[in-house]
Amino acid sequence: MLASGILTSPAPMHIPDGFLSLAVSLLCWVLAAVGVGLALWRSGKALGERQVPLMGVLAAFIFAAQMLNFTVAGGTSGHLLGGALAAILVGPWAGILTVTTVVAIQALLFQDGGLLVMGANILNMGVIATLVGYGVYRGVMALARGQRWGMFAGGFVAAWASVVMASVATAVQLIFSGTSPAAVALPAMAGVHVLIGIGEGLITVGALAFVAVVRRDLVEPARAPAGGWRWAAVGLVLALAVSLLAPLASTHPDGLERVAEDLGFMGAAQDAPYQVIPDYVFPGISNQVLATIVAGLVGTLLVAGIAFAVARLRRRAVQGSVISD
Amino acid sequence: MTMDSSSEPLAPCIEIHNLSYAYPDGRPALRDVNLNVQPGEKVALVGPNGAGKSTLLLHLNGILRGQGTVRVMGQEVAEPYLSRIRAQVGLIFQDPDDQLFSPTVFEDVAFGPLYAGLAEDEIQRRVAWALDQVGLEGYAERISHHLSVGEKKRASIASVLSMQPAILALDEPTAGLDPRTCRRLVRLLQELPQAMVAATHDLRLVTQVFPRTVVLDEGRVVADGPTADLLADERLMEAHGLK
Amino acid sequence: MHISSLDAYRPRTSLIHGLDARVKLVLAVLFIVATALTPEGAWPAYVLLAALALGVAVASQLGVGFVYRRSALALPFALAAVTVVFSTPGRPLLSTQVLGMKLALTGAGLVRFASIVLKSWLSMQMAVVLTGSTPFPALLQAMRSLHVPKILVAVARFTYRYLFVIGDEALRLMRARAARSGASEGRSGGSIFWRARVTGRLVGSLFLRSLERSERIYDAMVARGYDGEVRSLRSPALHSRDLLVACPFVLALAAIQLLARIRW
Repeated sequence: MLASGILTSPAPMHIPDGFLSLAVSLLCWVLAAVGVGLALWRSGKALGERQVPLMGVLAAFIFAAQMLNFTVAGGTSGHLLGGALAAILVGPWAGILTVTTVVAIQALLFQDGGLLVMGANILNMGVIATLVGYGVYRGVMALARGQRWGMFAGGFVAAWASVVMASVATAVQLIFSGTSPAAVALPAMAGVHVLIGIGEGLITVGALAFVAVVRRDLVEPARAPAGGWRWAAVGLVLALAVSLLAPLASTHPDGLERVAEDLGFMGAAQDAPYQVIPDYVFPGISNQVLATIVAGLVGTLLVAGIAFAVARLRRRAVQGSVISD
Repeated sequence: MTMDSSSEPLAPCIEIHNLSYAYPDGRPALRDVNLNVQPGEKVALVGPNGAGKSTLLLHLNGILRGQGTVRVMGQEVAEPYLSRIRAQVGLIFQDPDDQLFSPTVFEDVAFGPLYAGLAEDEIQRRVAWALDQVGLEGYAERISHHLSVGEKKRASIASVLSMQPAILALDEPTAGLDPRTCRRLVRLLQELPQAMVAATHDLRLVTQVFPRTVVLDEGRVVADGPTADLLADERLMEAHGLK
Repeated sequence: MHISSLDAYRPRTSLIHGLDARVKLVLAVLFIVATALTPEGAWPAYVLLAALALGVAVASQLGVGFVYRRSALALPFALAAVTVVFSTPGRPLLSTQVLGMKLALTGAGLVRFASIVLKSWLSMQMAVVLTGSTPFPALLQAMRSLHVPKILVAVARFTYRYLFVIGDEALRLMRARAARSGASEGRSGGSIFWRARVTGRLVGSLFLRSLERSERIYDAMVARGYDGEVRSLRSPALHSRDLLVACPFVLALAAIQLLARIRW
């Protein structure tokens, strides 16, 4: 069914390398570092000695929970982000660190997400999704004034909002990098994730309901001290900030490109300010096609040389009957 | 009822006196437990599920603390001495996946010595020695989750041996093992010189490795004596869910 | 235990496998930065980068097919960028009318799209070789040496260790649930909500088991002297071989960057 297909389709939020410009990647690293640094500082205070095994196992749980979603959907790659759930269950700071670890390991172990753009992925899924989710949850809980519906409505909306906001942030980064025009990126990302967020919300509520029955103490509103409105404000401000960047990017595309060109990071620019040898011409080569061919030859020689060396080493190893692993 | 086995002049390495402990929800787990263990002595702790066997083990290194006294190597199991006591009591958990929490076997076996503040070359030596003791030479760089259950059990023993403790406390050491792996483990336990306290359901293990048995039921010590005698007492065995 | 086959590492005795993990990590990142810096349409540079990546893949003995296949996994994401062929300003090569909108395919757009795809594919090749030639614990240790916060690395180690354990538990939960379901094939209609709720309960159950496991793990750590401080052994020193490989690689990257900026 179409609805189920959309709900369980892969969430294209893990940006691979090459899709973000260097400037955007670096900026996202800085922002992510701030968020993660803050989380490191605060979670140490809250969890103390237990924080390392707790967050480690929790991150493994989120991985496994994502796999659960996988299999339930009959083989299609569903995607529980888990940021909101983690924040609700163990607090926002541990939640940030947990999802950050998940994102990092997905990139490092499974190439799900790039290395240079990991800052952006961490920012979107680890920081923004978690903080927005937590803020929304605390806000709804404050509205519900301790009534039971608060936990379920809060969990659902928090999970949904976290996924949507993370996708909007992703779209913004793609737009600023010139990888995708605003007219396409925003509606595509946000549109798909508005639906995917429903799945995330349902699973989050289901999990919360289960935990509430078996271990009431873990989701008790009393556990969270006063300050619900402050957190709601944090979530709201963050969501607004991300959302406002999007129309900004789309209404001034030319201006942005010009700025990017001046900085030399948009490939279209041939007059990059940091060009070291501005008028140097490779001796004897007068056009680009020829240069490409030469590069191809050089490259082929290089690869052939390595292949030859490797083959020689292997033969020697076999002859010397070295036991290889 | 309780046979006092400290008739030798050596001081007991474990002295438990009137130990009582209740779970956080109020249920009593241990009631007035008295137990002394001599250096090098091997004692089996048997009893039905929920008797308090695992709970008792957790008192040996201060993870749980109840009323009464627990002394290990002459030291009371209390705050300033805890790190020293934990180096002396090697606690081996039932699920080796709980015990082997590092990515590689080396890191797990090195953990204890590392946190005891030993020098790097000493740590390397201890790891090699401990792996050798359990028959896992060359396993240092292996990834823990790739090991078989038997290998994991042995690795978890190695992770504790590297601290060179005087006492080994084992929680269900043979649970979930096939007969061959069981036999290998039994041989290992027979060879190790440390004092041992093992909580187990496996009566074959008890007869093969532990000359002395303590029967625990509902938190109380109901029998304490030579294994052969206790296991031959049919009524005792049935009364406490052991046969 | 099939989840453990997701581990990317493939043991070999290659030059690349023998390099220090820190060096490999830095070189891989430098390569990715270099591709990011390479201007659009600088085809000679891309060819040389591809050759460099291919050379590294060959030297790693992981199999070029293996590297190429795994690095192509992210390419579907390229669909996110495909519209750039229409939206990039430039001289139109093709014009069509779609739903009343005039779409112009530009040469600049094609160049940009091709450059993005190439950058992505090349970067991923290097990432695949990195993870295929380096055991994950060594990679984590390298990150710690490169001053990634200790706590994050420690948490990542636990995550790696228990990923497969908890994944297996999840599978078991799924199987247990399936064994009791006795549902007929192809439930339809509003079942997506039902399925999500069921999944939610499994997730909640898995969470509690994981929480309890983390408490047992903490006890096991404390039993061996854990005091809250993250500690580990010092990394061994670099070999001269590491530098011998690193220097030409970095020089090659720098040379390619210069080459890319030459005006033809």
